[in-house]
Amino acid sequence: MLKKPMLEIRNLHVKVNDQEILTGVDLIVNAGEVHSIMGPNGSGKSTLAQVLAGRDTYEVTEGEIIYQGKNLLEIKPEERACMGIFMAFQYPVEILGVTNTYLLRTALNAQRKFRGLEPMKPVEFAKLLKEKAKVVQMSDDLLQRSVNEGFSGGEKKRNEIFQMAVLEPTLAILDETDSGLDIDALKIVANGVNAMRGKERAFIVITHYQRVLNYIITDYVHVLVDGRIVKSGGKELALELESKGYTWVEEEDRTAIPANA
Amino acid sequence: MNNIVMQSKESYLEGFEHFEKDSLVNEPSWLRSIRRAAISRFSELGFPTIQDEDWRFTNVGPIVRTPFQLSQNGRVELDSRELERFTFSGLECSRLVFLNGRYSPELSSLRPRVDGLELDSLSHALRVKTDLLEDHLARYADFQRDAFLALNTAFMRDGAFVYVPKGTVLEEPIYLLFISSANASPTLTHPRNLILLEDNSQATIIEDYISLADDVYFSNSVTEVVVGQNSVLSHYKIERESKKAFNVSTIRFQQSRSSNVTFHSVLLGGALVRSNVHPVMAGEGSECIINGLFMPTGRQHMDNYMRVEHASPHCDSRQLYKGILDGRSHGVFHGRIIVHKNAQKTDAKQTNKNLLLSDEAQIDTKPQLEIYADDVKCTHGATIGQMDQNSIFYLRSRGISEDTSRALLLLAFASESLQRMKVEPIRRGLEEIVMQRFARGKPLDNVL
Repeated sequence: MLKKPMLEIRNLHVKVNDQEILTGVDLIVNAGEVHSIMGPNGSGKSTLAQVLAGRDTYEVTEGEIIYQGKNLLEIKPEERACMGIFMAFQYPVEILGVTNTYLLRTALNAQRKFRGLEPMKPVEFAKLLKEKAKVVQMSDDLLQRSVNEGFSGGEKKRNEIFQMAVLEPTLAILDETDSGLDIDALKIVANGVNAMRGKERAFIVITHYQRVLNYIITDYVHVLVDGRIVKSGGKELALELESKGYTWVEEEDRTAIPANA
Repeated sequence: MNNIVMQSKESYLEGFEHFEKDSLVNEPSWLRSIRRAAISRFSELGFPTIQDEDWRFTNVGPIVRTPFQLSQNGRVELDSRELERFTFSGLECSRLVFLNGRYSPELSSLRPRVDGLELDSLSHALRVKTDLLEDHLARYADFQRDAFLALNTAFMRDGAFVYVPKGTVLEEPIYLLFISSANASPTLTHPRNLILLEDNSQATIIEDYISLADDVYFSNSVTEVVVGQNSVLSHYKIERESKKAFNVSTIRFQQSRSSNVTFHSVLLGGALVRSNVHPVMAGEGSECIINGLFMPTGRQHMDNYMRVEHASPHCDSRQLYKGILDGRSHGVFHGRIIVHKNAQKTDAKQTNKNLLLSDEAQIDTKPQLEIYADDVKCTHGATIGQMDQNSIFYLRSRGISEDTSRALLLLAFASESLQRMKVEPIRRGLEEIVMQRFARGKPLDNVL
């Protein structure tokens, strides 16, 4: 018997302010896989990430998203998180007065409660934080500071990966986490992802640049243009995109005979 | 005079005549003349209206129109267990309790004595320490300017008297609890506190105003605090009375050379609340830090009136007021800073930040700088904002419920003020109260 996919997106149409951003996205992600989604600016990459995380400013007009056999579109953002979905934000929010540690303890215990587990003991939690902080080289100072307040761009991105490491999601969506990072920060972020790869976990790595895929070994590359996935392939597709640019896929897509014609 | 009903200016004047005749036997003459001066000033001033610049945003009509009876002896049957729900757990301190404005020895508890420290009721101190009181009582809070202050001065009977001798550092706070309890008709009290810190001393005072029932009453309090040279005072004022209560209060700090005052004001209760805060930095090199948090909801009205006076050189003042307004509430921050001509090198900073949680909540914020010196640094700033939806979504995306996310962000906003409180049981207790308020009766993930 075939194993059911972890995530199945079927014919997803999404509108923002009456403008259609996603125009029919289909995607299947199985446990253990890493999918990269590439595409030019404005193609709808971040919209897809936000819709998966449950942002309600996006209106789904057609299609469905099935996650672990459930209709994801009917589930609140916090419950999605509790079911193992995590999105690393492209632009992480600064939250004055809430420390990183505090946020993570509250989030982790809310997720544990959802799964019927007792809150984590403070000693255990402190140990966990220390261990995970090492992976992304987060200093104690950053842990005790307000969430992202006064963090550099690189620190904010690292903080997202750190949160991911602590919350141990089943499906992690990285929304342009690599953008704007210097090579050292990029390696730290990539290592954070690589360290978490496993049979039960899947990643969707959204990126504008091929470079990050030198460090994160991806199984599939999808190209999103004008709100649709127009081409899918293995990691070699990323290299091809890097040398030929997005216009190549866009043109190929335009001249192609529609499959259902 | 049991049946004297105070309503409108004339009845207050009439009430005073009865009060003076019936209740003030054997009073020292200095006090009697202060009272008379105060009532005659009240007669001239009358109640303020919104035409008065200082009362532009607060209409005291509801107070003037309500028929109040002057609270009598304060003898109300009260079980100390009833107070338990109000106590701050872990707060070890001497506690002076005032019931409907009068000292209650039964409910009070005084901790082991510190040499020379006086913790007393004002009414008792007036009998046994009349010379000391004559030097200070009503010498700082100026009733010429303010009708409510004049009324308090005319009618004052009781309150706390605290005397901290020279060089004494008090380890434990002194907790002053003002309780209003059920009465058949609306009552009126005029609590009056006098706190004296001699030179080189240090103390923490907590004024807490609570109600046991959802009653209409009017508390018109005045606290005068004299802070000696090089002395350090932390003063807390917590207003958590019934949502039908009227509360007008004035706190007046008289600061000597190199003294340091930190004042925390937390307004949660009351229907109509006016809080006047008036430090005068009379001695060189003194510092005053004022921290406020006000959280009106429903139809509550909370008016914070600051009058920060720099009367000497090299004094620093800092004001941080944070407002969280919900429902159809109305908040006011009126921040007046006065820098006298000789107060060179003044460094004054004023910040008021507000969060509006509903479309119908309203905030008026008004800075007012009067600077007569020429070498000073004065800054002020005010912000008004709403809950940030991006932040809420960020927290929810990590698994935290919407209600908890909201409450967490509000607590974070309030924390900038709460975190500055050094008395941990008070800070923790207030955080819990504030969190409950934000939860709006919904269960939250365990966050504290």
